[in-house]
Amino acid sequence: MGLLIFLVLAIAASIPLAWGARAAMTRVLPHEMARTARDMPLTAAFGLTVIVVYVLVAIFAPLLAPFPERAVVGSQFQPWDGTHWLGTDRLGRDMLSRLIYGARNTVGIAFATTALAFLVGTALGILAALRGGWLDQVLSRFVDALMAIPSLIFALLLLTIFGTSVLTLILVIAAVDATRVYRIARSVAEGIVVMDYIEAARLRGEGTAYLVRREILPNALAPLVAEFGLRFCFVFLTISSLSFLGLGIQPPLADWGSMVRDNATLITFGDMTPLLPAGAIALLTVAVNFVVDWQLYRASGLKEARI
Amino acid sequence: MHAVLVMIAQRLALGGLTLFVVSVVIFGATELLPGDLASTLLGQAATPETVAALRRQLGLEDPAPVRYWNWLTGVLQGDFGTSLATRRPIADMLSARLGNTIFLALYAAAIAVPLSLCLGILAALWRNSIFDRVANAGALSAISFPEFFIAYILIFLLAQSGAFPSMVRLSPAMSFGDKLYVTFLPALTLTLVVTAHMMRMTRAAIINLMASPYIEMARLKGLSPLRIVLRHALPNALAPIINVIAINLAYLITGVVVVEVVFVYPGLGQLMVDSVSKRDIAVVQAIALIFASAYVLLNLTADVLSTLTNPRLMRRK
Repeated sequence: MGLLIFLVLAIAASIPLAWGARAAMTRVLPHEMARTARDMPLTAAFGLTVIVVYVLVAIFAPLLAPFPERAVVGSQFQPWDGTHWLGTDRLGRDMLSRLIYGARNTVGIAFATTALAFLVGTALGILAALRGGWLDQVLSRFVDALMAIPSLIFALLLLTIFGTSVLTLILVIAAVDATRVYRIARSVAEGIVVMDYIEAARLRGEGTAYLVRREILPNALAPLVAEFGLRFCFVFLTISSLSFLGLGIQPPLADWGSMVRDNATLITFGDMTPLLPAGAIALLTVAVNFVVDWQLYRASGLKEARI
Repeated sequence: MHAVLVMIAQRLALGGLTLFVVSVVIFGATELLPGDLASTLLGQAATPETVAALRRQLGLEDPAPVRYWNWLTGVLQGDFGTSLATRRPIADMLSARLGNTIFLALYAAAIAVPLSLCLGILAALWRNSIFDRVANAGALSAISFPEFFIAYILIFLLAQSGAFPSMVRLSPAMSFGDKLYVTFLPALTLTLVVTAHMMRMTRAAIINLMASPYIEMARLKGLSPLRIVLRHALPNALAPIINVIAINLAYLITGVVVVEVVFVYPGLGQLMVDSVSKRDIAVVQAIALIFASAYVLLNLTADVLSTLTNPRLMRRK
């Protein structure tokens, strides 16, 4: 029951928060962006606010956290009190501090992985669409084969072979997700390379690098940005799940997935502290999804048919 | 009739090819290692003799195609080899757990598919109403939640009071009703995870059709909205809906891994996670092959079914 009341209160509090954030953005931002901000739905305003808060917490983690990330500062499983606002964990480390440092590790690693997957995926995808021929065939069939295996299962297989460390985690997840990015980037670029302006640029004698950088990328940016948001959510959830399974980010690094795993026993005793890191994961994914939803809606210009 | 058989034969052949490629990828992944499996598993401190012994035991002295052939023929006869960690035959370890995992997935699907279809149709029917908005926002949030978050919320709400067990202990002597009771929480978790997506897609598929002229015609005839949705829109929306159901049932396969660990459910997913941390590559390969085959077969079924529901796809040249 307490949880339900908490949820209702949280939703009730987020509506004025989103409204206030939108009003503030409309005031502060320059004219063009202010207009976009004014037309933004409340969900998107809420999403943007949450993302900004997460980024700030990640950057200023050492200033915000009351205790160091790895120091044992109390006895194990202390309840919430004045010094340890959210109590302590299995080893007596401060929960709040680890939650704050977790923003840095979990989100940072997920972001780096997504960026790597995007770099590889879009580069190969655009190249395949531009060159066509055997390069396209080989890459596309290879990606088809890899995509026939569910991504979490494939990631588990690769982690067994290469062992579990942060570096292998990033490389493995980036490799698995790059296949999905490749698909999107190739299909977006395929629509662009048949345009007349690409033909014109080719006849001018421009090289591949120029075509990709100046002609294709600017036109492919909008769908790719939305895909980046969605892909980030997937990567973030996969990494959290793997950490939760004990196969992702390894201790003593503070990480939300493994924090849930380590302290899960508390839940059966009616203490909701271990739900907080899981909730932190969920909140960020919801926020990113809200913003992506809005961006997709704006980019497509689609309006649902009215009855 | 002839065209149907040809189409199904083509899809089956393609599916067979996909399965073959998947098995090559799963087997071949170990070849990516610098050095070989034996030296990686034993670490740097191993003596050359122990490495050689392990190599002989793993059969690493044969070239890769020969080993792949032996592995594949074994798998096709139900022999997955022996576990590296426990030295037991893998087939014995899998048999009971495979049944448990299939039971859990079917249980979740049996709740999720009718539920999401009903919710999706209702949301499409009462579009832009409070019900639609709440269902949509709820679905979007549920998609974004990690599985273990939903699982622990359910434990917090339902298991703490003792209404349902938070750990699943299965025994062969259990009656079917008891089994349904003890696996209720994991099944509910999986249901919540997949329902959201299926509901959204059902709603979108039906709403897409609602703008077409024949629906307008039906409305002008004065048919009730429920009849329009059920008799006129739904049959034409079946192809995308079947696809989404198949994708989500396939998604159950990965969802099952996390959920089984949370509820200590004796299924394949839990065994896989254990084997990954022990680096028991033979077991992981076997389970990955099972999960991937299920995934490929589900997608294949969806492909065939959605083609069958749409005469225009059937006659496509």
